[in-house]
Amino acid sequence: MNQLMRFSRLHGDSKVAPFVAILVLVTLLASMGNLLMPQDSIFYVSTYTITLLGKYLCYAMLALAVDVIWGYCGILSLGHGAFFALGGYAMGMYLMRQIGDRGVYGNPDLPDFMVFLNWSELPWFWQGMDQFWFAMIMVLLVPGILAYVFGWLAFRSRVTGVYLSIMTQALTYALMLAFFRNEMGFGGNNGLTDFKDIVGFDLQADTTRVTLFAITALLLAVILVVSHKILQSRTGKVIVAIRDGESRARFIGYRTERFKVWLFVYSALIAGIAGALYVPQVGIINPGEFSPLNSIEMVIWVAVGGRGTLIGAIVGALLVNYAKTKFTAIMPDGWLFALGALFVFVTLYLPQGLMGLYKNIMDKRCGGSSGDKPNDDEPALKGGDA
Amino acid sequence: MSTLTDVREVMRRDQVWSFLKNEQKQVDVSHDVILYVEGLDLSFDGFKALNDLNLYVNDGELRCLIGANGAGKTTLMDVITGKTTPDSGSVYFGQSINLLKHDEAAIAELGIGRKFQKPTVFEAHSVFDNLELSLKQQKSVVPMLFARLTPTEIDRIDEVLNIIGLKEQCFMQAGALSHGQKQWLEIGMLLVAEPRLLLIDEPVAGMTAQETERTAELLTSLAGERTVIVVEHDMEFVRSIARTVTVLHQGSVLAEGTMDQVQNNPDVIEVYLGEAP
Repeated sequence: MNQLMRFSRLHGDSKVAPFVAILVLVTLLASMGNLLMPQDSIFYVSTYTITLLGKYLCYAMLALAVDVIWGYCGILSLGHGAFFALGGYAMGMYLMRQIGDRGVYGNPDLPDFMVFLNWSELPWFWQGMDQFWFAMIMVLLVPGILAYVFGWLAFRSRVTGVYLSIMTQALTYALMLAFFRNEMGFGGNNGLTDFKDIVGFDLQADTTRVTLFAITALLLAVILVVSHKILQSRTGKVIVAIRDGESRARFIGYRTERFKVWLFVYSALIAGIAGALYVPQVGIINPGEFSPLNSIEMVIWVAVGGRGTLIGAIVGALLVNYAKTKFTAIMPDGWLFALGALFVFVTLYLPQGLMGLYKNIMDKRCGGSSGDKPNDDEPALKGGDA
Repeated sequence: MSTLTDVREVMRRDQVWSFLKNEQKQVDVSHDVILYVEGLDLSFDGFKALNDLNLYVNDGELRCLIGANGAGKTTLMDVITGKTTPDSGSVYFGQSINLLKHDEAAIAELGIGRKFQKPTVFEAHSVFDNLELSLKQQKSVVPMLFARLTPTEIDRIDEVLNIIGLKEQCFMQAGALSHGQKQWLEIGMLLVAEPRLLLIDEPVAGMTAQETERTAELLTSLAGERTVIVVEHDMEFVRSIARTVTVLHQGSVLAEGTMDQVQNNPDVIEVYLGEAP
């Protein structure tokens, strides 16, 4: 069946490999530009830029997490910020413990805010967070378990569509309110900040910044490749099948809720990792990260880039955040209006996002000669832009 | 003494313990009947969708279910495939398998395939992928991550593609198929899983005369090896394929027999066929 081989080559043409190559190359150049070039060289990349790029890459990873479930399984989560923030808090707790007695109050065990609240000992959930390996396990475990429990309850009860979106939104909102409270023991309103070092390296040093940025880029590449492989496998096909005809899949014999739960957990893990990488680079984590607005922004990144394309999500996150940085510098109050306008524009004129636009242009250039070019009005992507 | 026999039974060395065995439920058709539906009652908010419904289907039979809208045809299919739980009654697959104790996915695994009224295929996938996903296989997350197409699977898909006549469209996106082709693909998706019992809801709705004829051929060729239950409104079509026809009315069986018997049944003439001779 060489027809089959030809087919798989035609459809396996996602640009993951070249994209990863570009990502690695840019990371390498930027890192060298920062570490090797003298300050006055035109090739010098400032540490500020490095940190900014690192932050964008964390957002890109988060967008990837949203795309995996929204683009491929039609589950529109408006609460992915919760998993991101939980991963971030786990990392933040580790960084807080690393401060030791260098805090304002000089207490070797308790973070500053606990001393300020007159707490005498460390709450149980802060135990062990001074160990890097333990904190890293928590980065994965906490978002993972939350996603598993939430997903299991929601998908087993066959909650779908808008109802699920609202529930995820409520989830992140509830967590935000909880984390705002001082009694929760996560620093309340101010969150966790004033970090000093990570596994013994000074967080303010250029080399640490570049390393964090490089690790982010590398993990993003790995997650992109792994996600691509998963979605290309037969499990991935089932996931797309669930998006397009869940009851059909169920009557063929698939326990669709299991597939959905595991994909949801996978997505939450990616979001948790993104959060953990975000916090040391940005230097703060506070309950604002849980705000529903953040989670909605993520959805817009994916919509701009193109749902169900993985790379589109990354490109969308990078572009929208770059625009945000530029725009808020000029007109800080106008950003939300611009974001809203962007979302309306993309929904109306670019339902397939930038990746869809790119594909259309490429198809036109090729003259559309290939018999099985993916059609534009893909009924597939009926996610939930209701 | 009984304890001793129990222990002996448990310690028998010529067989493994039953819980270690891969539970392979085989449908037992030793009495030639593959589906027993008895005393089924179901009401939605006071409306009796099924009312003491009894239905027996023989192994290898091609059975047509007819009845006016709201007679309970689709609800009956929902109950058989596990989508809806009845208020009372029993549904047995073969002699031993109680279908009411299984969910949709388990019932599909047992070998009951269902085609929906509206053709439902995975539109973003190619015809080939649609069939690949419908193959009889271990349908859980992790094994499927590493599953590869085996030559046997390719042969099986090939065979079904020939049966449903979509060989040419093999690599086309299912969403781009015509209405009739989608209907066939959906039937193909059931066939590729090698089911014992096929429940087919309105297979020729929206088909051209030619397509209808081909579908009739397809369904008659399936019967014998498999059991087929067809729900259809198109009387011409039913006449062309049916050997036994069951007429449903207000949730229970009104008449059963050959097409001629049914058409001459005074009750049936009164409630259903009266208007369209």
